[in-house]
Amino acid sequence: MNGHRSPGVPILRLGDVLVTGLLNELDDRTAIAFTEELTERISAEGARGVLIDISRLEVIDSFVARTLMELTTVARLLGARVIVAGMRPPVAITLVELGIELVGVETALNPEQGLAALGWRQAQQPLEGARRGTAR
Amino acid sequence: MRTEEDLLTVRHAVRAATVEVGFGLVDQTRVVTAASELARNAYVHGGGGTVTLDYPREPSGRRGLRLTVKDEGPGIADLDAALTDGFTTGSGLGHGLGGARRLMDEFTVRTGPGEGTVVVVTRWAVR
Repeated sequence: MNGHRSPGVPILRLGDVLVTGLLNELDDRTAIAFTEELTERISAEGARGVLIDISRLEVIDSFVARTLMELTTVARLLGARVIVAGMRPPVAITLVELGIELVGVETALNPEQGLAALGWRQAQQPLEGARRGTAR
Repeated sequence: MRTEEDLLTVRHAVRAATVEVGFGLVDQTRVVTAASELARNAYVHGGGGTVTLDYPREPSGRRGLRLTVKDEGPGIADLDAALTDGFTTGSGLGHGLGGARRLMDEFTVRTGPGEGTVVVVTRWAVR
């Protein structure tokens, strides 16, 4: 493996919010590649907010923590707000014991609450056409 | 450990060992995170190294998991400073060594300039 490696994580666009997630098999190089790709997308698509689902991450060590903090800072410089959602409780406990506060990183209990904090709302009712097509 | 992929291999092996010993989810996460910090230290500062797993058992029958992380790098010149939060000469946050100490029940370091570094950490299972 040499040269550029794709982080292999889809980055979806919902309006002016980018939605993505980190997988457990996160090595250092993939973390850096992910940061670069996400930063490019924020800039290219004029994203106002970014939601990163980390519910698959079973370990956040100081390197991953630093990556998240740097990513948040870079995104803020580009005018986007980052919310990290879905941290596993054992990961939260371990981070506190490690002495890491994820300074400057906004968090949410789950992706739904993270999206709500970014101003993204679920439609109150299904659209007319969608409802007609639904069989119950 | 010679490559970055080896850090993932270490995490997998340590996770499997914590399950084997019967650790709960929080202890599994503590031990794998400590292993990740120590393995990265050996990789970044020691130029690579080895991780050995042992399964000590107390006379009471309590089981534990012991990690010995060894490198033949330049050693740590100022151990007290290296154990202080925020001290870093590498790519982390400077919580690696001190953090690993807090996450584990027992912690010893043998190091010196030109002697490499050996960190031995143990976590005991709650009964």
